Amino acid sequence: MPKWIKIDPVTRIEGHAKITIRLDDNGNVADAHFHVTEFRGFEKFCEGRPFSEMPGITPRVCGICPVSHLLASAKACDAILAVNIPPTAAKLRRIMNLGQIVQSHALSFFHLSAPDLLLGWDAPIDKRNVFGLMAADADLARAGIRLRQFGQTVIEVLGGRRIHPAWAVPGGVREPLTAANRDLIRAGLPEAKATTLKGIEIFRSLLAKYETETQVFGNFPSLFMGLVAPDGSWEHYGGKLRFVDGSGNVIADQIDPERYAEYIGESVEPSSYLKSPYYRPMGYPAGMYRVGPLARLNICRRIGTPLADDELVKFKALGWGAVTSSFLYHYARLIEILGSLEHIEKLLAEPDILSERLRADAGINKLQGVGASEAPRGTLFHDYEVDDNGLVKRVNMIIATGQNNLAMNRTITQIARHYIQGPDIPEPLLNRVEAGIRAYDPCLSCSTHADGRLALQVTLRAANGEILDEVGRL
Amino acid sequence: MAAKVFTIDGQQITATEGQTVLDAAQDAGIAIPTLCHLDGVMDVGACRLCLVEIAGLNKLVPACVTKVTDGMVVTTNSERLQRYRRMIVELLFTERNHICAVCVSNGHCELQSLAMTLGMDHVRYDYTFPKCAVDPTHRLFGIDHNRCVLCGRCVRVCWYIEGAGTKNFSGRGTQSRIVSDLNAPWGNSRTCTSCGKCVQACPTGALFSKGAAVAEMEKDRGKLEYIVTAREKKQWIV
Repeated sequence: MPKWIKIDPVTRIEGHAKITIRLDDNGNVADAHFHVTEFRGFEKFCEGRPFSEMPGITPRVCGICPVSHLLASAKACDAILAVNIPPTAAKLRRIMNLGQIVQSHALSFFHLSAPDLLLGWDAPIDKRNVFGLMAADADLARAGIRLRQFGQTVIEVLGGRRIHPAWAVPGGVREPLTAANRDLIRAGLPEAKATTLKGIEIFRSLLAKYETETQVFGNFPSLFMGLVAPDGSWEHYGGKLRFVDGSGNVIADQIDPERYAEYIGESVEPSSYLKSPYYRPMGYPAGMYRVGPLARLNICRRIGTPLADDELVKFKALGWGAVTSSFLYHYARLIEILGSLEHIEKLLAEPDILSERLRADAGINKLQGVGASEAPRGTLFHDYEVDDNGLVKRVNMIIATGQNNLAMNRTITQIARHYIQGPDIPEPLLNRVEAGIRAYDPCLSCSTHADGRLALQVTLRAANGEILDEVGRL
Repeated sequence: MAAKVFTIDGQQITATEGQTVLDAAQDAGIAIPTLCHLDGVMDVGACRLCLVEIAGLNKLVPACVTKVTDGMVVTTNSERLQRYRRMIVELLFTERNHICAVCVSNGHCELQSLAMTLGMDHVRYDYTFPKCAVDPTHRLFGIDHNRCVLCGRCVRVCWYIEGAGTKNFSGRGTQSRIVSDLNAPWGNSRTCTSCGKCVQACPTGALFSKGAAVAEMEKDRGKLEYIVTAREKKQWIV
């Protein structure tokens, strides 16, 4: 008799979700599903608001990555004004986005995933958290927390606050960078780099130990998508879209994000509030693609900074054409922190970085605007349609985590098939299923534009739907 | 002019003939919360936040429209008054959709400051979540009825300072709205001079300059007082 396993809630991720695993008559895993159980409806209630308020409203989607929404929203508004924003404003927006990538990636690696990676999947559940990590390696935990703090400081000195800064506005940004704040950011860079390099060293040293995980945690070919610069280097704020396949072949390149709808379709599954975007030319669900750190490193030729580029070479050697294991999202994340820190350093050295020409002024010159930027978890799209007076008529947001939905489902199915046989499931095995999700660092508040933390529950169901076992935690 | 001597919160102060309790209190450095009052514009006693107790009177009276009389004994800050004031502000919040965090006037809003001053840490009544429109048709300004508290300051500056008579009230009770002309889209108003006094007078983010992003809308009320003073003292007539 087939059975279902339910993991509810999934822990150490950002938002609320559960996982169900269906077993067949022989007790083998038939399939697994990731359900996001929260809903908010930003796209609906933003209708009727003046578009200039959107960069203030949409970041409220999320407290972890408000900067991503702020920037994508401001870019969509720039498009409605039909202006090129002042060069310094664009550079400052870049610095803020890089700060955001650093803080979010540091949170994902050091606070949420390091307990699994360093203490082990089988460590006692009450130790498998950031406090357990502090007990085991206080220096590393402290360094990780300080790295995140550095990223938050970058956001704070630019935007005036760490969470929900209302600093980027249609046409540019509100406040300049002061010389004192530039020096403050600079002063934090050496320690941040040292921590990141240490993190990379630790992760690399674990690769041999986690060979099975690398093979099993979401290792399958899929498409990868993200923004790249015109020369194919790593991008996070400007650039155009590129899709590569599982072997690293470029299948679509330099696509203006404004045309996203021609390439990305959005499918809805009844079992989740999270939509499942797919690459339209290949259809659903064959057009599954991944976004985020792994995708960005797979699609780019270079990062453009020395330390990160050295690491990128080593990273790319782990795959043939493309690195296909989602377990290596962790590695990609660390490399991106390094690249972000180096890029911040480069931008701070720009001669016009303290300029006070920061805001282009214009009326409504276009009735639709699309803004795309790379959020820590992947490409984020904000698409607004406005009326002649600038009131929002339609909003569409495509969130990074949503774009990984199909891949996350595939990943947990792969992990469940490998580790689970029969109805009795030891908790550490379920932790591996959760860790498969954690590798993507999903942000479910964002992806459903909903709030809350992610806690996980696994349910084991019989073929007739009867719940045989449930492992849950808050 | 005969001076009036009266007592306010136990303190004896002097007021001029015809001075209101609010005015005299402010002169004496005693703060009474207000919302519909705006320096330089006639008072109507609409918001009831400046209610005070007067010895010998059973009912509470608004300080902004009550003239000082000799020997009057006024209490401005009793527990009962604090309770009522907080209740009034809570009701204002429930009546429309005030979302401070994403409002253009966040940090520069009189309603928000009042809520903070009066210790409104939560609202005890059900929110009504009315469906209110935004009128963005004016070339320079917009009105968002979600944030309007119907204080009427915009109406008074429009009629009595600018003399245009564009802004007015329509409807009754919860259906009351500020309108332009005879409820025309603001941009179509034939009387509006686009002077912007209403925007400066508005205590919340209901009236705003178009293009303002979150927390960017700072009102400059000093301008209104300057205009009124200049007119009264005939400073512009050479």
